[in-house]
Amino acid sequence: MLAEIPNEKRVREIVAAHAHLEGPLLPILHALQAEYGFIPRDAIPIVAEALNLTRAEVYGVVSFYHDFRDKPAGRRVVKLCRAEACQAMGGAALAEAVLKHFGIAWKETSADGAVTIDPVYCLGFCSVAPAALVNGAPLGRLDAKRLIAAVEEGT
Amino acid sequence: MTRIFIPNDSAALAVGAEAVARAVLLEAAQRSLVIDIVRTGSRGLHWLEPLIEVETPEGRVGYGPLVPGDIDATLLQGGAHAKCIGVVDDHPWLKRQTRVTFARCGIVDPLSLKDYGGMRGLSRARELGPAASIAAVTASGLRGRGGAGFPTGIKWKTAADASADRKYIVCNADEGDSGTFADRMIMEGDPFALIEGMAIAGFAVGARKGFVYSRSEYPHANVTFAKALSVARAAQLIDKDFDIELRIGAGAYVCGEETALLESLEGRRGQVRAKPPLPAHEGLFGKPTIINNVLSLATVPWILAHGAEAYAAIGFGKSRGTMPVQLAGNVKHAGLFEAPFGMTLGQLVDDIGGGTASGRPVRAVQCGGPLGAYFPRALFDTVYDYEAFAARDGLIGHGGIVVFDDTVDMAAQARFAMEFCAIESCGKCTPCRIGSTRGVEVIDRILKGEKREMNLALIEDLCRTLKLGSLCALGGFTPYPVMSALRHFPEDFAGRG
Repeated sequence: MLAEIPNEKRVREIVAAHAHLEGPLLPILHALQAEYGFIPRDAIPIVAEALNLTRAEVYGVVSFYHDFRDKPAGRRVVKLCRAEACQAMGGAALAEAVLKHFGIAWKETSADGAVTIDPVYCLGFCSVAPAALVNGAPLGRLDAKRLIAAVEEGT
Repeated sequence: MTRIFIPNDSAALAVGAEAVARAVLLEAAQRSLVIDIVRTGSRGLHWLEPLIEVETPEGRVGYGPLVPGDIDATLLQGGAHAKCIGVVDDHPWLKRQTRVTFARCGIVDPLSLKDYGGMRGLSRARELGPAASIAAVTASGLRGRGGAGFPTGIKWKTAADASADRKYIVCNADEGDSGTFADRMIMEGDPFALIEGMAIAGFAVGARKGFVYSRSEYPHANVTFAKALSVARAAQLIDKDFDIELRIGAGAYVCGEETALLESLEGRRGQVRAKPPLPAHEGLFGKPTIINNVLSLATVPWILAHGAEAYAAIGFGKSRGTMPVQLAGNVKHAGLFEAPFGMTLGQLVDDIGGGTASGRPVRAVQCGGPLGAYFPRALFDTVYDYEAFAARDGLIGHGGIVVFDDTVDMAAQARFAMEFCAIESCGKCTPCRIGSTRGVEVIDRILKGEKREMNLALIEDLCRTLKLGSLCALGGFTPYPVMSALRHFPEDFAGRG
């Protein structure tokens, strides 16, 4: 269960737990997202102060990387590959069918909060394309029916 | 007790290896068979995954591709079965390979130091001393396997000669190219090879800290590699004299570019740095830094243990040693094929790859990831070698070959290359940041038949600007897929009204 309300004390704890690292910002942001499911806006000034950075610098890093979210994702996060090897095996049609099924566009979350579908560019099992990760679990040789079933299994 | 080997590699898991493992346990329990399951990496015969192996007096007998319903008592004892492929070591697809970097992958328990068999390369490096170790890497002819093909030994020598209070070894495991998975397979199947390679690099240049920069898209590899680091630390193979830390990126393709990777490690936006200074002079936190790909580092222990001459003895032209070629996309025999440089592209695609998975004719292959050129059949005589590919306006890159059948729309592929560049551009260089978006628009206009000749000239000019006006390979190489599609498949760019 993800913590829902960013609380200042907890954010400071997370920052402090990583402060000894060389170049701690990305590990801190990953830890915040693991805790809250996204990077809470209120956490940014706390991180900035602790690392002696400006808020703009921290926000600039958060917004640069595709992984960091500004709001929570659905209960099931599908990372669906859009890259060439999956395209060669019908990846575009698969993506279209699955997005249509859940009634969402890329990076959107379904209205009931069940599913988010993010585009990714290669998951590294291109030899069993088309490929996806569903909440981190790898799935290959996919068709729309199998992927939808795998997503709905856990919702 | 029968030992049964089941891959724990992402590609195998993606097609049901875990369910097969459960079926094996269940069947063994029901038949009161005493078995010992060893989880391995993958052999690289991915079209046969899930592929499990049963130890017999004749060798390890393989079965695949399996579904849970295939598991029976005969199979668990290495007997006859419709999905039996015989002794795996004798399989022609493996017999034709020269496994150097992947000698252990798929065979050993990746987290067993006993299976790994000792750090012979590191011991040898310590006997030789730093300078002679670097000389051995140089003499082997090893070139950067990340894609650029820069001689590894020269990079090491530069960092070794730089004087500083701290130096770093950075392993680039940000394997973002579509159609590539060799780094992931090493991290999941033979992580100690990478750890040993980094320890050798640290010893050779006088660095005490190493970072592995991996991807968030590789959750499974990251878990295995982190476990391997714990095992190595517990065995004091890495310690205060040389420690390794695993870092995870956050979904930015450009962080596979070495200077963007350094920025990211330092905690900034993954924006490319201008060179010089070279990272070997001023790299991570401004200190001399070696940045090498996973495959380069994982090959170093073999070179030290077997001698530079043994590695240099295989290969083609200036491309020495082996390349783990990754066959992906619409290909019948998809997987990892490690062979000395020098085969032709046609041999790799038609003979080794067996043509397409769909059974339709091969129309195009993209070599070297999303920034690599599309090759038509007419260029299938190109020799797999850095220089031969460059001579045909292509690159072998990190060794990926993505196969497309005759249903491919090459204009869509060219458009995607520009779109991908726009999505992943770090924003530093204007031609890449803005030119990529304009490139998508120009291709759209060509396809609509708008001022066709003018727009064809414009896309060519834009590609030239990207190529010459970008600091790194993202903007600089995006023209390869675009221009190769235009040059070799002009019929796909006819106006569609």
